Amino acid sequence: MTTDEKTTMSSLPDEHRTPLLKRLTGANTLWIGLVLLVLVATFGAIRPDAIFQVTTLQFLLAETAVLLVLSVGMTFVIITSGIDLSVGSVLVFASVSSALAMNAVSGGDATNAGWGVIGFGLVVALVSGAVWGLLNGLLISRAKIPPLIVTLGSFGAAQGAALLLNNGSNVSGIPDKLNRTFGSGTYFGIPNIVIVAAVVTALGALLLSTTRFGRYTYAVGSNEEAARRVGISVRGHLTKVYLLAGTLAGLAGFMGNAFFRVAVVTGHETDNLNAIAAVVLGGTSIFGGMGSVLGTVFGVFIPAVLEKGLVIIGVREFWQPIAVAIVLVAAVWLDQARRRARNQR
Amino acid sequence: MSQPLLEARDLTKNYGTVEALRGASFTAYPGEVVSLIGDNGAGKSTLVKCLSGVERPTGGTLTFDGKPLVLDSPNDARDLGIETVFQDLAVAPDLDPAANMFLGREILKPGVLGFFGVLDKKAMRRQATEHFTRFGATLQSIDVPIAALSGGQRQSVAVARSVAWASKLVFMDEPTAALGVVQRERVLDVIKRVRDEGIAVVLISHNMPEVLSVSDRVEVLRLGRRVARFKASETSVEELVGAMTGALTQEDAA
Repeated sequence: MTTDEKTTMSSLPDEHRTPLLKRLTGANTLWIGLVLLVLVATFGAIRPDAIFQVTTLQFLLAETAVLLVLSVGMTFVIITSGIDLSVGSVLVFASVSSALAMNAVSGGDATNAGWGVIGFGLVVALVSGAVWGLLNGLLISRAKIPPLIVTLGSFGAAQGAALLLNNGSNVSGIPDKLNRTFGSGTYFGIPNIVIVAAVVTALGALLLSTTRFGRYTYAVGSNEEAARRVGISVRGHLTKVYLLAGTLAGLAGFMGNAFFRVAVVTGHETDNLNAIAAVVLGGTSIFGGMGSVLGTVFGVFIPAVLEKGLVIIGVREFWQPIAVAIVLVAAVWLDQARRRARNQR
Repeated sequence: MSQPLLEARDLTKNYGTVEALRGASFTAYPGEVVSLIGDNGAGKSTLVKCLSGVERPTGGTLTFDGKPLVLDSPNDARDLGIETVFQDLAVAPDLDPAANMFLGREILKPGVLGFFGVLDKKAMRRQATEHFTRFGATLQSIDVPIAALSGGQRQSVAVARSVAWASKLVFMDEPTAALGVVQRERVLDVIKRVRDEGIAVVLISHNMPEVLSVSDRVEVLRLGRRVARFKASETSVEELVGAMTGALTQEDAA
């Protein structure tokens, strides 16, 4: 007892902090980052000429930018131990309504529209995403319907609504100006759409790791009851998190418009699953309470690099989903094993 | 004795047709340890829930510092300096001890960063370390998730957290259940230290020797009513058990 007491007192000035290196190696973000690095290095060693080409990298980044924005929102949702299956459909809905709105204010065709119209289109995309997110959030937090069911519902509903808006066809007439600047434009060789995604990701990472909002996100996912008892408004916070995910899906829809020059109504059916896979690959626990945006960035790029790399080294691309599946299941298995070991004490 | 800090009179609480409290009264004075004991189903937990704002009583009155009190939520109680250590701990296992201690009361950075909700993690860690040390919670590390701590350490964190924010009164619902001998002693030690700082402690426990060793007074509940009140120094385990089981009743207790 006395010796025990002594150690407590003598170690008072220290902050009892675990050394940085130990904290880093203990985090699975580091390991998943290494996996990505190894993948890039392996493909690079086999075909350095094809992999490290500016256009290859530009394409890889630009194609991944939209998924990255969806996945940042998904990271917050999954850390609250929730799930959002609706992101792909909300993306389509926002993309279609934004394109239709831009056309409507330009007399039917917005191809030659200016910045005012583009700004209006952005606001429409964000608001339509936010509305679906808010609906998800309210149904989950107030009506207490499980997130899986609520977002399965809005997954179908948002897709259906998007098809109704334009009778099931794609919407063309995206302003040229938008495409030239944000779609295909680059800044020092980096596609502008990638810069937008990077800024969103950085803001998301800061929001999650340094602010009270982020802290509450972890707390709600870790132990909802504990969060409620210390006076955190759990219902309000869950609503905000789904609102954030929906708004980011709206932004992703707008980015898609800029990149593809058309609002497409198909091709986003598995965005939700890709985003969930990226988040979980990145070390965020599907049971909530743990995770990081940086991990999600790695998780987004692992499937993308696998896909591109396999094609370039001449392996049939059908192997890609199989390879991703193996990594994904292994990641969750590791997470569970770690939790069991930790909770045994 | 001085004016009661918290006084409940004739509280009733019905869950449907079940009467959990049937006119229960309870008194806590400033700077004392008062134990609330009773057999299973006597209404201890319900009473504490009513007194800490988790549940609203069906009938009866509360006074705090001589003024009438209505608690709509645990936040109302907290605003008055009343904290609770729950039996099931209620910590966030994935957050570290400092984050748990400041959960819901985060310190923000000054200036613009604080406006955006940026946390001052360093300040929280420093204050948490000081506080844990003061209340004898030995933690090897302040930045590992709570889930990685042993049961006793987790308990110390939960107790230390409530004590940190209580300025008037702490409810402790079986804080020593499932603890080892050393840790049990340490929690009892914390209870005494809290009392010495002038904060009232309401202890709920099934362990009679423990109740007698740490309390100043003991109040006994049976079938949703207060049936006896004792000075801990003037009573015995036999008397307490007698009151709990109904072998002994004090006419003036209710």
